Parts: sequence; structure tokens; C-alpha cells
Amino acid sequence: MNKITPSAGDNDELGHDEHGLAPAKLGYSPVAEIPHRLRVTDTDPKAARRAERQVASMFTLSMVFVMLSVVAYVMIDKATIVYIPVLGEVGASNVALGLTFGIAVFLIGAGAIQWAKKLMPDVEVVQQRHDMVSDKEEDNLAAADYERGKEESGFARYKIIRRSLLGAMALFPIPIIVVLRDLWITPPGENPRELLSNTLWTKGKRIVSDGTYLPVRPEDLPVGGLVSALPEGILEAQEEDHNLNARGKAAIVLVRMDPDQIRSQQGEGWDYNGILAYSKICTHVGCPTALYEQRTHHLLCPCHQSTFDLADSGAVIFGPAARNMPQLPITVDEEGYLIATQDFAEPVGPSFWERDRA
Amino acid sequence: MKFLSARRRNPFVAVLLLVAALGAVGVTFSAVSNIQPAQASLGTQTQVEDGKKLYLEGCSSCHALTAQGTMNGPTLLGVGAAAVSFQVSTGRMPLAAPGAQATVKEPIYDVDEVAAMSAYIASLAPGPAIPTSEDLDYSSADVAQGGILFRINCAQCHQAAGQGGALTQGKLAPNLMESTPQEIYEAMVTGPQSMPVFSNDTLPIKDKQAVTAYNLNLQEAPSPGGLSIGRLGPVVEGLFAWIAVFAALIAAAVWIGVKAR
Repeated sequence: MNKITPSAGDNDELGHDEHGLAPAKLGYSPVAEIPHRLRVTDTDPKAARRAERQVASMFTLSMVFVMLSVVAYVMIDKATIVYIPVLGEVGASNVALGLTFGIAVFLIGAGAIQWAKKLMPDVEVVQQRHDMVSDKEEDNLAAADYERGKEESGFARYKIIRRSLLGAMALFPIPIIVVLRDLWITPPGENPRELLSNTLWTKGKRIVSDGTYLPVRPEDLPVGGLVSALPEGILEAQEEDHNLNARGKAAIVLVRMDPDQIRSQQGEGWDYNGILAYSKICTHVGCPTALYEQRTHHLLCPCHQSTFDLADSGAVIFGPAARNMPQLPITVDEEGYLIATQDFAEPVGPSFWERDRA
Repeated sequence: MKFLSARRRNPFVAVLLLVAALGAVGVTFSAVSNIQPAQASLGTQTQVEDGKKLYLEGCSSCHALTAQGTMNGPTLLGVGAAAVSFQVSTGRMPLAAPGAQATVKEPIYDVDEVAAMSAYIASLAPGPAIPTSEDLDYSSADVAQGGILFRINCAQCHQAAGQGGALTQGKLAPNLMESTPQEIYEAMVTGPQSMPVFSNDTLPIKDKQAVTAYNLNLQEAPSPGGLSIGRLGPVVEGLFAWIAVFAALIAAAVWIGVKAR
């Protein structure tokens, strides 16, 4: 039996013969004495053999499951759908492959861990470490290195270099501020106020239903009805712009309610016999809002639950939106189709820095 | 009789009885499912009278003897046969208790009784009719166009995969995974509860069939990847991975770390 002295940091000699006879006291243990507890497999050879069989059967089962996964791959058509309780209708091939291969891999890991825990040597070990503080001599050396570097670079001697470097360091963040300039300066043509105030809606522009692109007549829309709508010619505008900006700005919802239930709107006579047109784009951060409760006349935004009362000028009654939903004034043309009488009176969509600036 | 009693314990009898019972169920079902739409759209005089009796018994306490509505229930004049059919056949009406909105439950009235009540309400004032089997035939509908229309008009409340969602103050848009073509059609033309009306003028019957076809397509869509987890999308899938799978991983790590006994 080797004698292990406190100064011996290596732990290759663990004293297997002394299992359980004394706490494994190897070297200097700064935390606490850990009493060694014997495992069943250390004392009972039967238990040890049982553990051995367990581990071996896990590895063997893993082989079986790998074979099963190969069989599943070959035999099960990948289009087969089966019903499995809890999971529902699922692809048979995917489930079979996932389960068999997953179990096979798991069994290898579980077997290895069981082996390590039950059969491999089980003793407490102390690993030595150096002190975290370096000694005085090294400290002095490092300080001398720094002093010599300072001296050799001439940072103290070349006054003009030192000052110009400090100046350069002070100025270099300026471009970052320039990059953020559009917080207060807007380049021409990029003013969000102009961009969001000009939509495809103009006087006389017909309202078409989204998806079908058919013009809407007032009699098409019953009380309680909802139509997600766009200006006529939206598809051509999208084609021309190669983007969906025009749609994003011009999207509206048309709703019809009993005219007696309209408590207020954003302009005198902006409805047509109880049909109201409001922007579909939330005034908070611009999500499309079309959750419309026809009995309460509430329009909900799905993103942050802002709620607008379309019977009351599109007022915000709940949620983070800060402004009323912009209303589009409408009427009918001589052929009886719903049209806009003008563009929105204010910028549509989410708020922006310049919004309330003149 | 003697012949029957002598052989009733023969093992083939059970099989024969089963076949006979299945056949009877099949014949009855096909008879009922063929006749029902035609019957409902006609609304015979006897149906109207039967419907009136049922109405006075079961509905008039809230909707008034004249169907003009009371403090407790809206007027039924002009709601049409489709609204009655939808509300009663899905068990929403009669209400079990006042609440945020009528909930789906086991229907109280059978198919004939619903048809009679629908005919009675339709006889009081014109309104959306129960769809004919021709209206509901989505076999030649454009599923892709239905998907576009579903996402424009339905998905904001019923969720992109038809799983339903919450509205305000306890109201909700129901899950559409059990909805029949007739229920989908009737809900669109009548706008039950909070739902807006999608009339046949703003959403023509052809487009309604497309929406129906898309919705049934969603209902039948399997989950080839395994668990659908409510088909609520990547957020739920991520949550599932982080909560359930991570918990399993932590449990495994704890097991690895525990000292063997």
C-alpha cells in the first residue's frame, strides 16, 4: 500500500483495497471531511453481478432498437399516417424512427452512466490547485516590465503625440452620432409624415374587397358586417413598387352598424348610412387589426391588445395605442359603389418621432 | 319461434346482428343526411306550427312571445333560418346560463325540431336561409384561394390554423376543428355572437365554399412531425422545447450526478 503524503497532488493511487475502511483522506482537504459511504455493489457480489447484467442488457437492447429502426426505415411507408392517443394523427415512419433510434442512443448513455455509478471505483478524490495570488517576485517583475514599456514607447516624452492621440480618441465617436442623425433631421423624400400621409386613397377611388378585389356596394354589407378592403388598383401599384408598402398604408376595414349606434366619428358625415371605413393598421406599432366584435363595435389588435371603439371615432379604450384609428371618409359613386371622398386626414400607421412636429 | 330460440346462442348470430344493426344505422344516416337540407329549406306549414310550439316552450321567455326580443335576449325577427339552425344545432341555444357568450354544448333539440324552429323563425321575417346541399358543395372549390380568404377574413380571430382564440372580457372565437360545412356557412352569413357577418354579396358562395374547403383541409391535415402542440406555431414549439425537454434534460443531469447507493 502506497503512502500518500499531503504534498502529493497526483491522485493515481487510490487504495482500492481499503474500500470503506476509512474516509479517503488524500492530501489537504480545505472544505470538509467527506465520510465515505459504501454502495450495495461494493459489499454484495450478487448486487454487483446484477448491476453488470443491467448494464450489459441496456447495451444489448440498444442493439435491438438500432435493428428495429433499420426495419422501421425499410418497412414503413413514409406517407402512412396513424392515430396515436395523445399525439393524434402522426406520420408512422417518423414516430417509429424517432422512438427506436432515440431509445437506442438513450440506452447506450444510460448503460454507461449505470456502469460508472454502480461498478467503477467509487472514492472521494482531492485535486490540488495552486494559490490564486502570485508571489511578490513575479509582481515586481510585471511592474518593472510595465515601467520599461512606458519608458521605451516615450509616452511621457513625446508630448505632441500624447496630446494628438487623446484628441483622436475624443473625436472618433462623432460618426456614430452622425449615423443617428435622422432622429432629428429627415432627408428629403423620407419624411415619415409625408410618406404615411399619402396613401393610394384619393377622391372617388373605389373600395374593393381584399382577396376578391371586387368593388363593394353599400347594400352588400349587412349591419354587423365586416370587409377587409383596399383601394381599386392596389395590385397594379404593388407590381410597380415591387413591395407591399401601398397595401400596408391603404388597408382599411369596412364595417356597418345601425346609424343610431354611431356616437361620434372623426368628420361630419364621414360614414355612408352606417358604413364606416377605418384604417386597418394599428396606431401603436402597425399590426393589421381585424378582430372585430360586431356587437360591441370593438376592433382589437392581435399584437398588444389595443382596442378601438369604431362607434366612437375609433377611440382607444384599452391597450398601448396612443391615438385614434384614422378614419377614411366614404360615400358612393353614381354607379352605386363605395368610394373614398379624400385621403386619410392624418398619417396612418404607427407613431414616429416627427409625428407631432409642425 | 322454436327455430330461433334453438339457434340464438350460435356464434354467427352475434355477427349477423352486428351486420344488421350497422346496416340499419347506415341506411338511417344516409336518409337523414340526404333529406335534411332540402326539408329545411322548404319549411312546410306543419313545420312552422311545430316550430312555433317549440319556440313558445323553449325560447319565448328570453326572446318574447312575438320574437321581438326582451331585456334578456335579442330580437329574432330577420335573423333567418340559418341563425336558428346554427345556434340550436350546436347547442349554443337555449342558453344554460347567462355569460360572456353562448357556449357549445350537447344540443337539446333533434334535427327535425331544429328544422321546425328554423322554419317558424324564417316565417316571421326574411333572413338568411339554411344553405342547400348545392351551396355547401365544396368539391370543386379552390382550396388555395380559400386559404387566402381565410387568412384575410378569419385567421385574426380563429387563428391561422383554425384553432380559435381569445377576444375581450371572456369572449372567444371558437376552435374550428369540429365545424361542419353547414355550420361554417351559417356562421358566415349570420354572424353569431361577436362574429361579423360575411354576406353572400361581400363573400360570394363560391368563395364561402373555398373557405370551407380550406377549413376542412386544416381539419384533416395530419401532423407528420409528431405532436401538433395546438398548431400555435414556433413560439409554442419553443416553449415546449424549453420547458418540457429542458426539464427532462435537467432530470437526466440530476440522475447522472446522484451518487449510487
